[in-house]
Amino acid sequence: MANNALNISIHNVTKTYGDFYALRDVSLDVTSGEFLTLLGPSGSGKTTLLMVLAGFINPDYGSVKFGDEEVVLKPPHLRGIGMVFQNYALFPHMNVEQNVGYPQKLRGVSKENTKISVEEALATVKLDGLGHRQVDELSGGQRQRVALARAIVFKPKILLMDEPLSALDKKLREEMQIELRQLHDRLNITTVYVTHDQKEALTMSDRIAVINDGQLKQLDTPNQIYRSPSNAFIADFIGESSLLSATVKNGIASLGSSKLKGNQKLSKDGDFLLVIRPEKLFIASKKARDANHFEGVVEDSIFQGESQLMVIKLDPKTYGEQSLRMRLPNSSSTLSELPGIGDRVTLGLKIVDSYFVEKSHGGS
Amino acid sequence: MAVLEHNINEVSLSRLEKRENYTFFGLTVPYLVLVGAMIVIPIGWLFFLSFIGRDGSFSFENYERMINSKAYLRIFLTTFKISLLTTFFCILLGYPLAYFMSQISRKWASLCMIGVLIPFWTSLLVRTYAWLVLLQKKGLINNIAIDLGIITEPIKFVHNTSGTLIGMVHIMLPFLILPLYANMRAIDSHCVKAASSLGATPVRAFWTVFFPLSIPGLLAGSLIVFVLCLGFYVTPAVLGGGRVIMAAMKISSNIELYFSWGAASALGVVLLVVTMIILFIASKLVSLDQLGQRR
Repeated sequence: MANNALNISIHNVTKTYGDFYALRDVSLDVTSGEFLTLLGPSGSGKTTLLMVLAGFINPDYGSVKFGDEEVVLKPPHLRGIGMVFQNYALFPHMNVEQNVGYPQKLRGVSKENTKISVEEALATVKLDGLGHRQVDELSGGQRQRVALARAIVFKPKILLMDEPLSALDKKLREEMQIELRQLHDRLNITTVYVTHDQKEALTMSDRIAVINDGQLKQLDTPNQIYRSPSNAFIADFIGESSLLSATVKNGIASLGSSKLKGNQKLSKDGDFLLVIRPEKLFIASKKARDANHFEGVVEDSIFQGESQLMVIKLDPKTYGEQSLRMRLPNSSSTLSELPGIGDRVTLGLKIVDSYFVEKSHGGS
Repeated sequence: MAVLEHNINEVSLSRLEKRENYTFFGLTVPYLVLVGAMIVIPIGWLFFLSFIGRDGSFSFENYERMINSKAYLRIFLTTFKISLLTTFFCILLGYPLAYFMSQISRKWASLCMIGVLIPFWTSLLVRTYAWLVLLQKKGLINNIAIDLGIITEPIKFVHNTSGTLIGMVHIMLPFLILPLYANMRAIDSHCVKAASSLGATPVRAFWTVFFPLSIPGLLAGSLIVFVLCLGFYVTPAVLGGGRVIMAAMKISSNIELYFSWGAASALGVVLLVVTMIILFIASKLVSLDQLGQRR
């Protein structure tokens, strides 16, 4: 399925409903063949943006280009995009084959060619031989695949997906995430994917656009977003994190009475938050130069299967009333050395893993 | 878990189950009594009467008369024609309205629904006579049209088929709209969106996706209207002015004019059987217990 994927340029898109800004001056480019995820909590505007791309919502301002073509006012049926809806939106009065063949029928493709392309699409989503099934005879996962086959059967250059996995159970969802990603790589379609599940976004995307309050908050690779979130909202929203209040004066950060080092330059004074990923903390036997250290008492210790989650209450005298979460992998070696509840511990966090965000920026 | 060889709770469980069944059955008793007393016994009596001739003995003469007489054939034809036309016009008027209501927000749709329901809740007789007031020779509509100079002679709206149809369509319309609207509301709007994202023009998306999905509601509504029309009495009697004779009116005149309970009963039985046949055929097309509701 060779395909010339199209790039998408979104410029200054704004959509209001009365006084409410669903989208506020959003600009972003999706490069051709990219898998871009719009990530945000519900009501953030991510689905509105997808619907603008699909043509179901006309923005008040702004431009949307597919390749070089301006499409912002083009009706949905002329946009030639494949779309997968949250609840699949399969046609209940058609069987699987008719569902998948529907776009081909609209395009006046001959019966034989439709049959070939339908079979090819069904094979792509691993549903070969199920063409004659009725939609209500399929499981949730199979319906998902039919919806996907229907969206790619006419070889669109852009594929839009609106939380397509949210109705599936966790295990199947995680399988489908990887499968969808592989499918995207094979078909080379520019894909815009909407989800509120940060882990899903991290798993699948080339880049993630974090959206909140109708605004684009950060656009970066999963790795970069996880490591250096641009504000407290993203630090909190993506991945697990403990946010410790710190103050910066003359470029030096301090937490209570202890000094902290970070991996970025702090050119501004004020209130900051230190973003601590629980899995990056470790129990420090002796203080090292390349790490920040925290002292506290184990308040809680929870077995969670693959890891042990510990809540550590920091020394109030040094740090104020703050606590930290630490996650240790459950291997036999760590298990034996695990501190118990009430034990005093010294935690280490490598300076390269210490990252500050401004406190004033859009808290949660 | 190990399979229990002997279920120690078996006896008490089955006793509980039995008690529950009796309770549920008990809940249906008032209705069963009512149906028995008000429907089964009278219809059985009707059935019996239809086989009693003028001389009081068992005979098929009531049915023979129906087969041999042209008048009865004409009455049945009229009944079906009026019922079909009423259903047709109800669909013509009701489908677009139900579609419109299903597409607007629920708030506005409930306002529209009140507009549909207020006439529905008004007495049948009041509405029928209201039409008579509007449509008769010196009625409101003719007078205004003449005053405005649109027509010179009053149009005969009532005491004919058109008058009967106007009144019946108006009275039957809610019966079509209610199940149809419920069905349309249940149609997943994403299906139509999916169709247009896949390349269907709005018209194409309507005919290939929305309309097929609304057929169960349409069939259910049409069926209710058609079956109610078959036995309709008041409106055709008042607005038809004796010129449009439907089965129910013949039944009434058989009793009131000719005191012929046998003939009336036979006609009633035939009407009942025909209605049952139609319901049976229709139940193959749409499940009656799901009136208007999609699975």
